[in-house]
Amino acid sequence: MPVEVRLPTLLRPHADGAASVSATGATVGDVFADLVARYPGLSDQLVDESGSIHKFVNVYRNDDDVRYLDQLETKVTDGDVVSILPAVAGG
Amino acid sequence: MGFASPTLRLTGAQHRAMVAHCYDGLPNEACGLLTGSVVDDEPRGAVTEVRPCRNEDESALTYRLDSRDFMAALRAAEDRGEGLVGCWHSHTHTDAYPSPTDIEQAKWYPEWVYVIVSLRDGDPVLRAYRIRDGAVAECQVVLDR
Repeated sequence: MPVEVRLPTLLRPHADGAASVSATGATVGDVFADLVARYPGLSDQLVDESGSIHKFVNVYRNDDDVRYLDQLETKVTDGDVVSILPAVAGG
Repeated sequence: MGFASPTLRLTGAQHRAMVAHCYDGLPNEACGLLTGSVVDDEPRGAVTEVRPCRNEDESALTYRLDSRDFMAALRAAEDRGEGLVGCWHSHTHTDAYPSPTDIEQAKWYPEWVYVIVSLRDGDPVLRAYRIRDGAVAECQVVLDR
């Protein structure tokens, strides 16, 4: 099912400059797999070595952080918007 | 005058709200977001809101702004036709100067102003910076009373 994925400015060069792209999948993880298949440069930016969402990335299904849902197993349906927002963080 | 200039204009109330949130967060670092007008992806004009947020790390050494507070602030700003123009956080035991981690993380939002409030000494010290490509430039902070 197609969902819209919105990318932050710094990741757009990995997706041919697009601010948002269409992707398919039943879960956020599926959607990421679809994205990475087409844009391999996104791989290291979205998930870490263990296959979890990268520590400094917030991923939202519509406006809800998927960490508080089912992480990468969070289900998506036609028309959902998956937003990727780098965390505001520091020391 | 926008953020592209080296001046950050705050009201006294905004300044007090940031410092107060930093004290409220002790012994941990505190953080929040600044909203304002954004034109052509560039912050313009005055800060319209200082928005206290939670520190997910609950740490005296690091902060990670709560992702739910982040989205709520973004949507609230968009509803007003504005955007996020910066953030602030406290340093509880060090200078009001960006740490290496601050500089690294700033790559994601290079158009923002980064405000740091040091609580190390008796009086709080608030300073503002732009951080781009690893380079740090201090902004003048002007209080409009």
